[in-house]
Amino acid sequence: MTARRLTVTDLSVTFRTPDGQVPVVHGASFALDAGETLAVVGESGSGKSVTSLAVMRLLPAPPRAQISGKVTFHRQGRDLDLLELPERQMRRVRGDRIAMIFQEPLTSLNPVHRVGQQIMESIRCHRSVSSEDARRQAIEMLDRVGITEPEARLMAYPHELSGGMRQRVMIAIALALEPDILIADEPTTALDVTVQAQILDLLRDIQNENGMAILFITHNFGVVAEIADRAMVMYSGRVVEAGRAEEILTRPLMPYTAGLMRSVPRIEDAGRSEQDLGTIEGFVPDPARMPSGCAFHPRCRHFEGGLCDVEVPPLEDAVPGHSLRCLRWRSLEGARG
Amino acid sequence: MSRYLLRRFGQSFVLLILVSLVGFMVLNLAPGGPLSQFALTPGMSQADLERIAAQMGLDRPLPIQYLDWFWRLFIGDWGNSFRDGVPVLEVIGRHLFATLLLMISSTIISVGVGTLVGVMGATRRYSLFDYTATVMAMVALSIPTFWFGLVAIFTFSLDLGWLPAGNMYTIGDQSFADYAIHLIMPSMVLALVNVAIWSRYMRSAMLDVIDQDFIRTARAKGLPRWRVLYLHVMRNALLPMITLAGLQLPTLLGGALVTETVFTWPGMGRLFLDSLGYQDYPVVMGLLMFSAILVLVGNLLADILVAVSDPRVRLE
Amino acid sequence: MSLADDKTAALPWWQGRAIRRFARHRLAVTGTVMIVLLTLACVFGPPLLPFDELHIDLRARFSPPLTGDHYLGTDPLGRDIAARLLMAGRVSLLVGFAAMLLSTFIGVVIGIIAGYRGGWIGTALMRFTDSFLCFPQIFLLLALAAFIKPDPLMITIIIAATSWMEIARIVAAEIRSLRERDFVLAARMSGASHVWIMFRELLPNAIGAIIVAATLTVARAILIEAYISFLGYGIQPPLPSWGNMLNNAQQYLASAPWLAIIPGIAITLAVTSFNFIGDGLRDALDARSDLK
Repeated sequence: MTARRLTVTDLSVTFRTPDGQVPVVHGASFALDAGETLAVVGESGSGKSVTSLAVMRLLPAPPRAQISGKVTFHRQGRDLDLLELPERQMRRVRGDRIAMIFQEPLTSLNPVHRVGQQIMESIRCHRSVSSEDARRQAIEMLDRVGITEPEARLMAYPHELSGGMRQRVMIAIALALEPDILIADEPTTALDVTVQAQILDLLRDIQNENGMAILFITHNFGVVAEIADRAMVMYSGRVVEAGRAEEILTRPLMPYTAGLMRSVPRIEDAGRSEQDLGTIEGFVPDPARMPSGCAFHPRCRHFEGGLCDVEVPPLEDAVPGHSLRCLRWRSLEGARG
Repeated sequence: MSRYLLRRFGQSFVLLILVSLVGFMVLNLAPGGPLSQFALTPGMSQADLERIAAQMGLDRPLPIQYLDWFWRLFIGDWGNSFRDGVPVLEVIGRHLFATLLLMISSTIISVGVGTLVGVMGATRRYSLFDYTATVMAMVALSIPTFWFGLVAIFTFSLDLGWLPAGNMYTIGDQSFADYAIHLIMPSMVLALVNVAIWSRYMRSAMLDVIDQDFIRTARAKGLPRWRVLYLHVMRNALLPMITLAGLQLPTLLGGALVTETVFTWPGMGRLFLDSLGYQDYPVVMGLLMFSAILVLVGNLLADILVAVSDPRVRLE
Repeated sequence: MSLADDKTAALPWWQGRAIRRFARHRLAVTGTVMIVLLTLACVFGPPLLPFDELHIDLRARFSPPLTGDHYLGTDPLGRDIAARLLMAGRVSLLVGFAAMLLSTFIGVVIGIIAGYRGGWIGTALMRFTDSFLCFPQIFLLLALAAFIKPDPLMITIIIAATSWMEIARIVAAEIRSLRERDFVLAARMSGASHVWIMFRELLPNAIGAIIVAATLTVARAILIEAYISFLGYGIQPPLPSWGNMLNNAQQYLASAPWLAIIPGIAITLAVTSFNFIGDGLRDALDARSDLK
């Protein structure tokens, strides 16, 4: 029996822009257990990063961004309602109990502070330890994330390290306080493939050791296959399909998910033309000008007029534990055989 | 680091040569060239003028004259004041302290107030405070400094009688407090424009940094707000401000000249105007070149300071 | 970019995006209204006043504002300040505007050549511009002013000669960033001359930045003209300018403060207006402000 770490219920985010109030996340709900990895998948503009920043309460203050819904962090039998928490207490959760790593390891590290400073700063802000202890802990962390000569690296500046090393430093900062939840926002996107694999291995190893939960944001199904236990696909601010990663990877029901997966190049695809590879045509709709009905219908190859463009499909269970938003999935499933 | 500095020194030297060319151009641009001040003297015959020209080496070709002029500029032989025969550099030296005193105290005020206003504007973007500060900065940039000085004298000296209307000290007193009380008004008046400039740039430098990824990281680490603001945002925002401080030097020097004329402050600006009035041309040219060189050196120092405080420059 | 262009092309110019942005900018509109009123007053006002600006009335010396028909009082010679203020406004605004036109012209020519040619000519021109920027403008201006015949034309010329550098740098930077673009190559291949490319293909792209800088240059030119006239090296009496009206004001500061206060307010109003307009234009014309 695993412990629940995070429950997100009906989370919505609206931004104020010069064009008026623009909703970017609509009623997202999900849960995260200790030791498991939930992948949030989608193109840029799908609302996946905004969802994670809303959980951390790192979005601009209202009225620029308005958040509704409920985010509950479960810790040692106590439930913390993160959206209602006073800022002072939220700060204690941030970085200590819920940590975060980002896509661009170069721009995500402060260029004028040494690597060691940036790790120790986090430790000393949450724990009352001497600078000597913090230093020792920082060296330990650098060693743990696979950085050689950690003592020397402590004095390095971010620009003196390679991309992979920088991301390891980011992970060291995030994991220094053994958080219950790690939110990883496309942590491998900016890295080359071999380094990508190393970072994923590292995250999995650490997860196996300490049982933290990972919310992994990505647009890449290859990465989902590598690391995720469960996956949740987002499109235009809505969860459109969710379930066990293996099941979604092998039997995607929502046409968008299927399309996204076709756009991942695979070894078997070598030699095929780009058309066969099946990129999804068109763009993610502008949140200020959402299409009626299913937001995906203008790009969907199975679009049916009078049905798909009328009402937003509800999130329904195809089989227990595998839900999706599509009015036509049954007939499509039947046609596929 | 040393290669960067070497290159930077080289650039400054090239700029110095160009600055001297501009100076030489101004010298010869005047109708009658360097002789014009004699031509205006009554009772000067054409023969006298030619004799003086030969004496000053003005009968030689221009490039030779320039080289000679540049060389003397380089070795510090800047000629003598027409007024009292004192070497130009010595005359400037006597007035340097007053100007530096004024500039430094005014800079302390403008950097202090400007930083505060800029930081508050950036953290409360689009608030009433931010909007008011923006409008006030634009108005401050539009008020003629010399007129603002006059209004200040009228208000605080003539009307209220709180502060002295001019000069650097009371003759016979010259205590620290006496200097200080004389310094208040001129340095405030000079600071007006610079507070406006500094606060505007500080605001936009802060905003540039606030939107960066590493600030999000700092907040995600759960750092307290002041720590994010001062150790992360401001530490990075101050780097471009150092360069700006260097670039603002000509404005500051020009402003000092204006302020000194209104407050009869015995600095380089006052000297410049007096020398203009006496047609003391060597001193005028000397001050012109001296101010440009001061600006050059100031910019060089600013770049060195940036190189020292920005780890990214050090390696290059 | 192309989308926005299509949209604006279909609309008449007064409904264009830049105009709408400018009209929404409260400060810019305030500045425009103030400048228009000030200009109208200076152009049409003097004949409507009971005195002309040179009329000397020694019996009415130092009249404070609102005495008799002297709405703004009189100066040490008994001349009507209101009349002098408006006539001075003509001179000051004209000098400021003309200096802006001339310095913009110099700056654009130097900037466009430096940006387009690159190489050692470009570098030399930019270093030359930098060397001018090392001199505090007022020092350079006064040194020049001491040697010229101080009529309005010469004052305009020397102000322009010491304030073209910023525009040159802006233009050079803009042109340099555009030089390698496809449309330049295309124009080259279709046989366009360098001069054509510089002025007809590249310059229009920098026009927004130039207009903003030019507006701010008017503001600075008015300020600096006022200052050198105040010192006696600028516009010479009896021709009034806002600066030389302040000429003797300092010695009468205790007895007749209005002598100092009134022209100063006029200068501040005019300069503030141009700065407000410049700020509005920056918001309206700067493509980058679209992103914020």
